[in-house]
Amino acid sequence: MTQTATHSAHEHTNGHAAEPRTFDVRILRQDGPGEASYWERHRVAYEPDMNVISVLQRIAAQSETVDGRQVTPVAWDCNCLEEVCGACTMLVNGRTRQACSALVDRLLDEQPDGIELRPMSKFPVVRDLVVNRRRLFRALEKIRAWIPVDGYYELGPGPRQSTDQQRTAYPLSECMSCGCCLEACPQYQKVELRPRDGETAEDFKTREDATFDRSFIGAHAISQVRYFNSNPVGKMSADVRLEALVAPGGIQDCGNAQNCVVVCPKHIPLTTSIGWAGRAATVYTIKKWFDK
Amino acid sequence: MADQRVMIVGGGLAGLAAAMKLAELGVAVDLMSLTPVKRSHSVCAQGGINSVNALTRQQGDNEWLHFDDTVYGGDFLQHQPPVKEMAWWGPKIIDLMDRLGVPFNRTEEGFRDQRRFGGTLFKRTAFAGATTGQQLLYALDEQVRRWESEGKIRKFEFWDFLGPILDDAGVCRGCVGQDLYSMEIRAFPADAVIVASGGAGLIFGRSTMSMVCTGGAASRCYQAGARYGNAEFVQVHPTAIPGADKLRLMSESARGEGGRVWVPRKPQDSRDPRQIPDSERYYFLEERYPKYGNLVPRDIATREIFNVCTHEGLSVEHDRLCVYLDLTHLPREMLDLKLGGILEIYEKFQGVDPRDVPMKIFPAVHYFMGGLWVDYERTADGGLKLGSPRNQQTSIPGLYAIGECDYQYHGANRLGANSLLSCIFSGLIVAPSVQTWLKSQSKAAGEGRATLYDQALKREQARHDALLARSGGGENPYLVHHELGQCMTRAATVVRYNNILDEAYGEVQEFEQRAGRASLSDTGSWTNQNVVFTKALEDMFPLAKAILKGARLRDECRGAHFKPDFAMPGIAATEPAARRREAEAWCDRFEENNRRFLKSTISEHGADGEPQISYEEVDTTLIPPRPRLYGLVGAEVIEEVWNQRQARRKAAGGDGNGATAKPAGVAAGAH
Ligand SMILES: Cc1cc2nc3c(=O)[nH]c(=O)nc-3n(C[C@H](O)[C@H](O)[C@H](O)COP(=O)(O)OP(=O)(O)OC[C@H]3O[C@@H](n4cnc5c(N)ncnc54)[C@H](O)[C@@H]3O)c2cc1C
Ligand code: SF4
Ligand code: SF4
Ligand code: FES
Repeated sequence: MTQTATHSAHEHTNGHAAEPRTFDVRILRQDGPGEASYWERHRVAYEPDMNVISVLQRIAAQSETVDGRQVTPVAWDCNCLEEVCGACTMLVNGRTRQACSALVDRLLDEQPDGIELRPMSKFPVVRDLVVNRRRLFRALEKIRAWIPVDGYYELGPGPRQSTDQQRTAYPLSECMSCGCCLEACPQYQKVELRPRDGETAEDFKTREDATFDRSFIGAHAISQVRYFNSNPVGKMSADVRLEALVAPGGIQDCGNAQNCVVVCPKHIPLTTSIGWAGRAATVYTIKKWFDK
Repeated sequence: MADQRVMIVGGGLAGLAAAMKLAELGVAVDLMSLTPVKRSHSVCAQGGINSVNALTRQQGDNEWLHFDDTVYGGDFLQHQPPVKEMAWWGPKIIDLMDRLGVPFNRTEEGFRDQRRFGGTLFKRTAFAGATTGQQLLYALDEQVRRWESEGKIRKFEFWDFLGPILDDAGVCRGCVGQDLYSMEIRAFPADAVIVASGGAGLIFGRSTMSMVCTGGAASRCYQAGARYGNAEFVQVHPTAIPGADKLRLMSESARGEGGRVWVPRKPQDSRDPRQIPDSERYYFLEERYPKYGNLVPRDIATREIFNVCTHEGLSVEHDRLCVYLDLTHLPREMLDLKLGGILEIYEKFQGVDPRDVPMKIFPAVHYFMGGLWVDYERTADGGLKLGSPRNQQTSIPGLYAIGECDYQYHGANRLGANSLLSCIFSGLIVAPSVQTWLKSQSKAAGEGRATLYDQALKREQARHDALLARSGGGENPYLVHHELGQCMTRAATVVRYNNILDEAYGEVQEFEQRAGRASLSDTGSWTNQNVVFTKALEDMFPLAKAILKGARLRDECRGAHFKPDFAMPGIAATEPAARRREAEAWCDRFEENNRRFLKSTISEHGADGEPQISYEEVDTTLIPPRPRLYGLVGAEVIEEVWNQRQARRKAAGGDGNGATAKPAGVAAGAH
């Protein structure tokens, strides 16, 4: 409801005496999957309260580089602009984070000569800053991340739960599938397949899913196993999820480097989840061995 | 007959609820969404979801009162049977979401905890921390993933809905979509299409809504002939954090915990706010509303903040409008304990600690009560006939609408925490209705209609190709959008004046023409966000014009629609007999006004591209309309006169079934 967007640079009210009138943004672009990437430099007029999304909006409206070349607008992903949907993850000044909560003032403090934007490196680039994170959602399918209720007819409330139980579960349920934990993880390697000649979309998807399923599921999915297995109803089907956890691409691939927990924007206790998952997997494996 | 399929457009709360319920009923579902459904706008909802519960029941609450609060809060502009049914489903819906694993806050004894929201006296709102919408959405997303893993639901994420496909008889037989990566355009045969595309915040430039809330999908249905209801009813939330890209919601609880709203008495005083002494601060809400202070109801807070900045020129800053919302006088420990979550949002996005420095806030467009017109079938006792193919069906047979993009549940103003409920409710009840509709069809949509789909595909391909082929050097679509947002915000938000609405209408027509000359800076055929945005922009104008025209023609104040020129002042006289006479006249005028304007505005997209407006009677047979007297001078005497009238009517066997005027102080709000 305010009329910002085009007002000129002026003195910022909180701190910083002389704000730059403009600043430069270096963007690693890529026209499509499998194509070579290249750097491009844009210049943006400074406004108060800018974040990386508003910078990208200005760049899209200008579509012109520092040296005056007309270029296509940079492509990027976003939706909520409140750091709650997980769409806008990218590497901002080298760090994996959400573009919407990356504030220009802070970034320029960090790195006064400008801002650098790159797409996440662990997912195939679709275009520019847009990456394909379907693998992340596939992992949720693999670990069967849902409560297997009987159906959606009226069957009364769910089980009563203690405040402690809720307080443990709630932070785990805040995972917004942003992928920061995967970007930072040394064990999580990029998987990029291209459709073969004549391959149907369905066949390609099946082949891709199979590859995803063999590859590391990542910290977010491990933490979701803990979330569902600690739910009073989810517990009843705990073994199905533990089976996924000990399958190829499961918990044993985690090298315990603990990079994930540091970058999670939702402060999800990922290392606690990983510790829990390690123990649960061991118990499950032993139990399975005895049940043979 | 070949297998029937249903296409759902949108995977917010409404679309996901419909998808999972249809899958349970054994219907094959396709689900199309601009974003992965888990990233839908519903994740933004913080406050909670309403329903009667065991505790409130014992305090005198019941479904009827929830129904009554919703209708009263909406200024009686909604058909009552669907709202009644929704109130009755409330407790069942919360139970279902609980079973699906939503981590609702708990009491010491392990029951679900509830909080109180605007517009009611009861603690009806269930919540999961400060992210209720996110938690509800995730639970539904998980169920849909479960059906997807069984092959019962197919997802088309990163697809844009380009419009419904109608056969010669005007029945919806599918839709056209476009892959946002490959830009492939495809016709999807479907035996029913359910649109669940959410609100249209981007028409106002920036709002509290997410970036995919363009209204494009609803507009494309409207342009294909679907009727659009109550377009002019747009809710503005009083306190949002102005940002360069978005206006982020600052919850009402900041004022609830003692936050004070003020501006410097000296216009645009450049001093650090903490250096401005109390005597030079204007606590305008406290001064003007000594009784309620900073906690006046939302519509009043919104109007006062707007006025102080625009008409009185007291905005804190020169080049943008905002006032201070000050918490700095409150103890830090208390703030952390009670407001931690929302203060973090401010800190995160403004880079300033609101415990040390007053926040800068301004009202923002927040919710669309209006939307695609949908039908319903009522039972004799005033509920919904479940499974009727008419429920949630738009004026195009086979095309359904649910969630924020329908016009059904919130009338002239939405009550806080009622939207999440209406989204899930409409999603759940549309499923059996669609199933009945499918059974009535003699053949599957895809059978023997190849040319229909082919033509629809060619039409959309032609539109797309024409956009790409435009020569360079034309208008910039992003700048036209920026101007549209400014124009709509000025003319059609907090206060509305006929001359300004007229001007704005002309401007919007100009923007529309300019957008028609916009040229693209990207003419490629891979992940071209430029062309997708330009299409969405072009589709904003029909809805923008419906909003402006609906507002222009409605010469009254109702809910979120406020026209100072048609406000009804309170009682001026002091002498008892004169006061009574004035109150009688007030009630006469109120009734006369209702006869004229207690009607839904219906827009139809004319052949000339302009909205054709007509009016629809509202079913108010369950709760007769009564005045909202909040804050009005002389409310007591009006209330007395009104209640006597109703009693007389009741005695005479009329429709006065118990409609007493609501005591002042119970105000409707929204979150
Ligand atoms: C900040 C904020 C806080 C709120 N808090 C509350 C609260 O506490 N309680 C409450 O009851 N309500 C609240 N609301 C309102 C509530 O969140 C929304 O009304 C509700 O979530 C809308 O849900 P929906 O399912 O209708 O649509 P959305 O969640 O908006 O989903 C729309 C879906 O449609 C898809 N879509 C849109 N256009 C297209 C297209 N062209 N092609 C394909 N797909 C498309 C999107 O991708 C998305 O999947 C709040 C709103 C805001 C903005
Ligand atoms: S702890 Fe495991 S999941 Fe986390 S970063 Fe290390 S290897 Fe990756
Ligand atoms: S665990 Fe954290 S970092 Fe990983 S996807 Fe979830 S929110 Fe993102
Ligand atoms: S846009 Fe949703 S997290 Fe940034």
